[in-house]
Amino acid sequence: MEIDPFIFRLSIFILSIFVGYYVVWSVTPSLHTPLMSVTNAISSVIIVGAIIAALAGSTEKIFETSNIFGFLAIILAAVNIFGGFLVTQRMLQMYKKKKKK
Amino acid sequence: MSANLSASFYLLSGILFILALRGLSSPETSRRGNYFGIAGMIIAILVTFLSVGGFSLSLVYVLIFLLIGGTIGAFIAFRIPMTAMPELVAGFHSLVGLAAVFVAISAFLKPEAFNLGITGEIKIASLIEMSLGASIGAITFTGSIIAFLKLRGIMSGAPIIFAKQHYINLMLGIAIIVLVFYLCKNQSDSLFWTIIGLSFLIGVLLIIPIGGADMPVVISMLNSYSGWAAAGIGFTLENIALIITGALVGSSGAILSYIMCKGMNRSFFNVILGGWGATDQNSKKLSKEQKPVKSGNADDAAFLMKNASSVIIVPGYGMAVAQAQHALREMVDTLKKNNIKVTYAIHPVAGRMPGHMNVLLAEANVPYDEVFELEEINSDFANADVAFVIGANDVTNPVAKTDPQSPIYGMPVLDVEKSKSVLFVKRSLSPGYAGIDNDLFYRENTLMLFADAKKMVEEITKALD
Repeated sequence: MEIDPFIFRLSIFILSIFVGYYVVWSVTPSLHTPLMSVTNAISSVIIVGAIIAALAGSTEKIFETSNIFGFLAIILAAVNIFGGFLVTQRMLQMYKKKKKK
Repeated sequence: MSANLSASFYLLSGILFILALRGLSSPETSRRGNYFGIAGMIIAILVTFLSVGGFSLSLVYVLIFLLIGGTIGAFIAFRIPMTAMPELVAGFHSLVGLAAVFVAISAFLKPEAFNLGITGEIKIASLIEMSLGASIGAITFTGSIIAFLKLRGIMSGAPIIFAKQHYINLMLGIAIIVLVFYLCKNQSDSLFWTIIGLSFLIGVLLIIPIGGADMPVVISMLNSYSGWAAAGIGFTLENIALIITGALVGSSGAILSYIMCKGMNRSFFNVILGGWGATDQNSKKLSKEQKPVKSGNADDAAFLMKNASSVIIVPGYGMAVAQAQHALREMVDTLKKNNIKVTYAIHPVAGRMPGHMNVLLAEANVPYDEVFELEEINSDFANADVAFVIGANDVTNPVAKTDPQSPIYGMPVLDVEKSKSVLFVKRSLSPGYAGIDNDLFYRENTLMLFADAKKMVEEITKALD
C-alpha cells in the first residue's frame, strides 16, 4: 500500500516543530525582540503562494479576481519581508560588546 | 524546473531559515543568521518564479508589486523608532495574517492553478487545510490590528469585558468547525466567506479583553498564530518551505508566550481570558491609607550614587515611554568615570514585548555584556549599594513574595529591596498596570524621585559632575 504524500508533509511539519522548539530555547533572551521580527520576516515566505496566485490563469486576463488577491498578498508579504529583515538587521547592528581598554 | 528540483530548493530555504533562528543564540552570530534568512527568502522567491513558467506580462506586474511592498517595508524599517518595536511587530503580524487569507481565497477561487482539483470539486483535504489557514490568518489579522491599536495608544489599553464573552468566542469557534464540515460537503462560496468573516470577528473578540500589561503575551501569541496560518497554507500548496517556516514560527511564538506567562506567574488561559485588575479591589482600597514616603531630588540621588561602589539599574516600560535610554547611558558613563560598577537587570516581562528593554539599551550603546536577566543578577542586589529603578514597577514589588492575597503573588520579581538603598524614578505614586500598590515605595531605604524619567536622569548627570 502506498503512503499518502500528506503523511510525509505532516512528518516534516511535526519534526520542524521539534527543531523550532529546541532552536528557539537556545535563543538568548536579550535577542527575543529580533527573534520576533525575524520570524515575522520568514513567515512571509507565504509570498510563494501569492506569486503562484498572481500568475495563475491565462495570460490574456491578468487581473481576474483570484489574481487580484494574489497581487494584494504579494504587496503585504513584500512589506513584511523587506521590513522584517531590515529592521532585524538594524537592531542586530546595535548589539555591541564592551570595548576592551 | 521540475517539481522535485524546486521542492529540494524549498527544503534548502527551510534549512536556511532554521539557521537564521539558530544564529540568534548569541549576538555575535546573529547578524550572519539574518543573512541566512535573507538568502533563504531569495531562493524561495526565485524558485517560485522559475517553476511557474516563462516570461509574461503578469510577471512584470508581480515584480512591480513586489517592489512597491518592498519599498514601503524598507521605508518603515529605517524610520521606525526602537521604542515603537512592539506596535511594528504587531502590525507586521497582521500583514502575514491577511496575506494568508488572500492566498487561501485565491486558492479557493482558482484551485486549478495550485493542483487542488477544479472549482466546485476541490479535494477535501485541501479544503480543510485552506479553510484552517484562512481562519487562523483572519484571526491573526484582526487580533494584531487590535493589539497594534492598543500598543499605539489609539485604543485604550484597558480590558473591554462584557457578559458571556468567552461563551460567545467558544460558540463562534464551534460554528467555524461546523461550517468547514458543510463546506467540504457542498463547496459553497458563501460558506467560505462566512468562515473568514467569523474568524475576523473572533480575532477582535479574543484580544479586546486583554489588558495593556499583558501585551507581551499577546504579541507572542499572535506571532505563533501567524506561523500556524502560514503552515496551513503550506499544506494547501504542498510547499515544504512554508510548512517548515510555519512550524518554526508557530513554536517560536508559543515558547515566547510561555516564557512571558512564566515571567508573570500566570497560566496562558488566565491571560487569554483577560481582565486582570478586575479582582484586586481589596488592595486598591488598602492603598488609600496615607503611608509616609521619602522623596528626594536629583542632588540627593547623585550624592547616594557617588558614594556607592556598585549600582544596578532596573529599566521598565516607563523608560521607553520617556525615551530616557540615551540620557540613562550618559548618566552611567559619568558613574563609570567615578569608578562605580554599573550593571543592568532586566525582568522577562519588562516592556511591551519580549526583549524590548534589551533592544532599547543596545540602541543607547549599552554593551550587551553589562545587561543581565533576572536569574543571573537577582542575587547581586544584596551586595549592591544602589538599585536605580527607572520606569519599572510591578516587577520590583516585594508583595509578590510576601502576600498570598496579592494578584501578583508568586510572580518572579527582582529583589531590589535587598540593596542598601533604592532610587525609584516615577512620575507619581500611582500603582502599576496590575493596579497594585508597590510596597517598595514605603520602605526605609527607598528614595522616591518624582519626575519624568528622562528629565530626572539628565538632572542627576548634571549633579554628578
